[in-house]
Amino acid sequence: MSKKHITATVNGDPAEFLTDPGTTLLDALRDELGLTGSKEGCGSGDCGACSVIVDGRLVCSCLMLAVEAEGRRIETIEGLAHGSELHPLQQKFLEHAALQCGFCTPGLLVASKALLDANPDPTEEEARYWLAGNLCRCTGYDKVIRAVLDAAAEMRQERRVA
Amino acid sequence: MGGDLASFTGGRAEFDVAATTVRELIRELEQRYPGAGDYVARRMAVAIDGEIHQDADAAPIGGAREICLIPKIGGG
Amino acid sequence: MSDVLDRPDAKAGFATVGTRPVRPDGVDKVTGRAAFGADFAMPGQLTGRVKRSPHAHARIVSIDARKALALPGVKAVVTGADFPDLASEIVEGGEAASNMRDMAVNVIARDKVLYEGHAVAAVAAVSAAIAEEALDLIEVKYEPLAHVIDVEAAMASSAPVLHDHIFTDGVDPKPTLPSNIAKRHQFARGDVEAALAAAEVRVEGRYTTKAVHQGYIEPHACVASMSADGQAQIWSSSQGHFMVRAYSAKILGLDISDIRVTPAEIGGGFGGKTVIYLEPLALALSRQAGAPVKMVMSRDEVFRATGPTSGGVIHVRLGATRDGKITAADVELKYQAGAFPGSPVGAACMTALACYDIADFRIVGWDVVTNSPKVAAYRAPGAPATAFGVECAVDELAKKLGVDPIELRIKNGARDGVKAAYGPTFQNIGYIETLEAVKTHPHYALKLGPNQGRGIAAGFWFNVGGESTAACHIGEDGTATVVTGNPDIGGSRASMAIMAAEVLGIPVDNVRPVIADTASIGYSMLTGGSRTTFATGMAVVRAAEKVVGELKRRAAGVWSVPEDQVAWEGGRAVCLDPAKGDVKPLTLKGLAGMSARTGGPISAEVSLNAQGAGPGFGVHLCDVEIDPETGHVKVLRYLVAQDVGRAIHPSYVEGQMQGGAAQGVGWALNEEYVFDADGKMENAGFLDYRVPVASDLPMIDTVMIEVPNPRHPFGAKGVGEVPIVPPLAAVAIAVSEAVGVRMKDLPLSPPKIRAVLDAKAG
Repeated sequence: MSKKHITATVNGDPAEFLTDPGTTLLDALRDELGLTGSKEGCGSGDCGACSVIVDGRLVCSCLMLAVEAEGRRIETIEGLAHGSELHPLQQKFLEHAALQCGFCTPGLLVASKALLDANPDPTEEEARYWLAGNLCRCTGYDKVIRAVLDAAAEMRQERRVA
Repeated sequence: MGGDLASFTGGRAEFDVAATTVRELIRELEQRYPGAGDYVARRMAVAIDGEIHQDADAAPIGGAREICLIPKIGGG
Repeated sequence: MSDVLDRPDAKAGFATVGTRPVRPDGVDKVTGRAAFGADFAMPGQLTGRVKRSPHAHARIVSIDARKALALPGVKAVVTGADFPDLASEIVEGGEAASNMRDMAVNVIARDKVLYEGHAVAAVAAVSAAIAEEALDLIEVKYEPLAHVIDVEAAMASSAPVLHDHIFTDGVDPKPTLPSNIAKRHQFARGDVEAALAAAEVRVEGRYTTKAVHQGYIEPHACVASMSADGQAQIWSSSQGHFMVRAYSAKILGLDISDIRVTPAEIGGGFGGKTVIYLEPLALALSRQAGAPVKMVMSRDEVFRATGPTSGGVIHVRLGATRDGKITAADVELKYQAGAFPGSPVGAACMTALACYDIADFRIVGWDVVTNSPKVAAYRAPGAPATAFGVECAVDELAKKLGVDPIELRIKNGARDGVKAAYGPTFQNIGYIETLEAVKTHPHYALKLGPNQGRGIAAGFWFNVGGESTAACHIGEDGTATVVTGNPDIGGSRASMAIMAAEVLGIPVDNVRPVIADTASIGYSMLTGGSRTTFATGMAVVRAAEKVVGELKRRAAGVWSVPEDQVAWEGGRAVCLDPAKGDVKPLTLKGLAGMSARTGGPISAEVSLNAQGAGPGFGVHLCDVEIDPETGHVKVLRYLVAQDVGRAIHPSYVEGQMQGGAAQGVGWALNEEYVFDADGKMENAGFLDYRVPVASDLPMIDTVMIEVPNPRHPFGAKGVGEVPIVPPLAAVAIAVSEAVGVRMKDLPLSPPKIRAVLDAKAG
């Protein structure tokens, strides 16, 4: 079977690649586009390490076919910072030591961004349930949740000032 | 008291030794109970006054109050 | 060589030790730039895949790979026949010391497969799709055999025998028939039977746990390349690239110097990556194919074919006086080793009573092989399941005596001067302080409501030292590079920078830690055993001290004074010679700038074998609430108190405490290997192998007790493993309180809770 030609927008930039119909979006991002920030932890949509945002919606890229990306807007971990300016979530994760091995961190950050896009003032419980699809084996989630809530507070403050 | 050393020493678990370093201790045990010194060298750690030493042939035991042989420890 | 260091005056406080700088590798980790095992690629690389046994126990009759080799795009196929048979050789891995011969057979089967998932062949092809297709074309004929997985079933005389060369070690007389019981361990003191008979109060309990997996989110991954001249390069994520090099060399019969291993960032290990599975296969395939080979495990393979830890049976009998002095303890442990001998039951025996001062005891441990994946180390290997049994028994004793569980532990607790159950006399330990901290914590005073319960449990781990090398190089601008050979699993890199900065007297941002490959730094034992901050930190401090010594020597030369007239203070050389009058201090930057003229580059490397690692103690407090309708357990509050020696970077110490506790909660409530009647794992994925998620846990409070270890320059003790030891019991005791029945069989999943509630009602 011949490869399909896919055109999409990835992190705001035009992107195109060739892919087998059976390839997941995760593999296409990693192998065709060289965006290795999204990780495979399980390949079955249970761990969230492959989290990306597609047309504004949080998605496990291991559960989506690359061909489904045609014409869509995709945001990955690589697009979270703007040049050398880290996103508040990234900054707070560092300040709160909300990562240990760092493998689940890209997925957690993307999922957290999706959370704050949908709900800029989540409670601790809302944050925990939203992020329940992102497994972390190192931290026990305590510092992760603190970082997310702190980033949310800072972003609300920035919006007020701006 | 613990571990497999007893199988070399005929069940004895306590010894008086003249050794002043771990290396000498191993040699002395090997002389008295063939196989025991080699076993200690490969498979055991030495606690000198409560401090655990593993693979520490030069460690001094001369002035120690308590020398304890325990199985080697690893971790995860 | 002495490894005790002159310490900076502790009373003066530290400039950098104990602060919380952002970790130096942090930006790469939050931007997705950090390269983990599967993120690397070599030009021209092939994709490797493994063919695995569908049977839990079978003889391999034949393997025919001709059709696979003939498939276009397939460049290499290997089976057990392509690997040398190794002689029996014990690998000194401490408590889970395993046999090199067994490890080699675990990497790829020879005449038998011993668990579902056991590797039987591997292929390398130009694409993953072709590699997968090739696997199906490899024809393996099996003769299935009866299998056994439950530990007590495996011990029975009627059990199918896995290895006919196993005759139980440690029993007298030595058996004449082979069995699955590899070894009997015993530790004893005094006369436990007499002491139990004489005890005024006794408790007895049989506790069980299931096999659980370390559950690291990153599957095993490597890229290996072997050239025609036999030199090899490996990029791999592991807990120790020197270990990868050593085991690869052994399993393939190569020289160590012919293999260069570069460490990738590692996405979790917890002990499960202290052994190798893929690297020898990738090397052998690469050698045959003449191209690099990349191999990444699927999550399914990780569960089915990499070591979980033992499930087991823990039998505890305790005896005490009526006023609460524990006088006797009898513990029997039966642990699954998986397909080859080497469960951590020996270490479990040594930790079983470590928190207590008990005169008469006996601890017996059985190492039993089973048709399940060979167990690998998991954070304080052996200790958690045993602590589960012992701590629950102590709790039962407390209730029987009508005594507060913390008070009972304080009364019988290990402290300085107590001869540990495993031998040495304790010194510089902080167990009692940790108990007191929990007792006085506001959490302990909170009242509980209906369907709620509280559990307290303690735990211990030895922590180790071992061989480490560190180098410290001063750049021409006075900034420093610190090089070590220990993969950073939990933020240790930050602590290395902190310790070097403290000694050099410069800001921590001017110190860059680097983890170098096996050819670029001297040997280092792997990252595990809670050793890195202690042992590698010690090497870092000594290397930095050597640099400081050299800087002082340079300054003495510049000032023409004797070396003992120069002090190093706050990152500068200061002249102490009164004859010299008012001499301006020389900064590190200044000295670095003139290094060529004063003698050359300023650099030091230190190799050592760190001794005197201090053991750690932890006490956990857990409150739960049961939903009687569903049997679901909600963790309401959790407190971790731990003797950490000295928290070099407090945030990462807290992280270890919280992470270990979370894994323990999962072990207690939901995690288990479920096997079907054919010995195949039924839940080899994160959906049904249920680890804790963010909504399962509350904030985890931490209290760090600092009783410094005088053997470490800054008093550090290992902290990573202790926190997984208490939670199994803390959670189980809390659940038992909430349901009103002593829960003895982990995990405490909803069906089990419901069954207990139904039995109570009916």
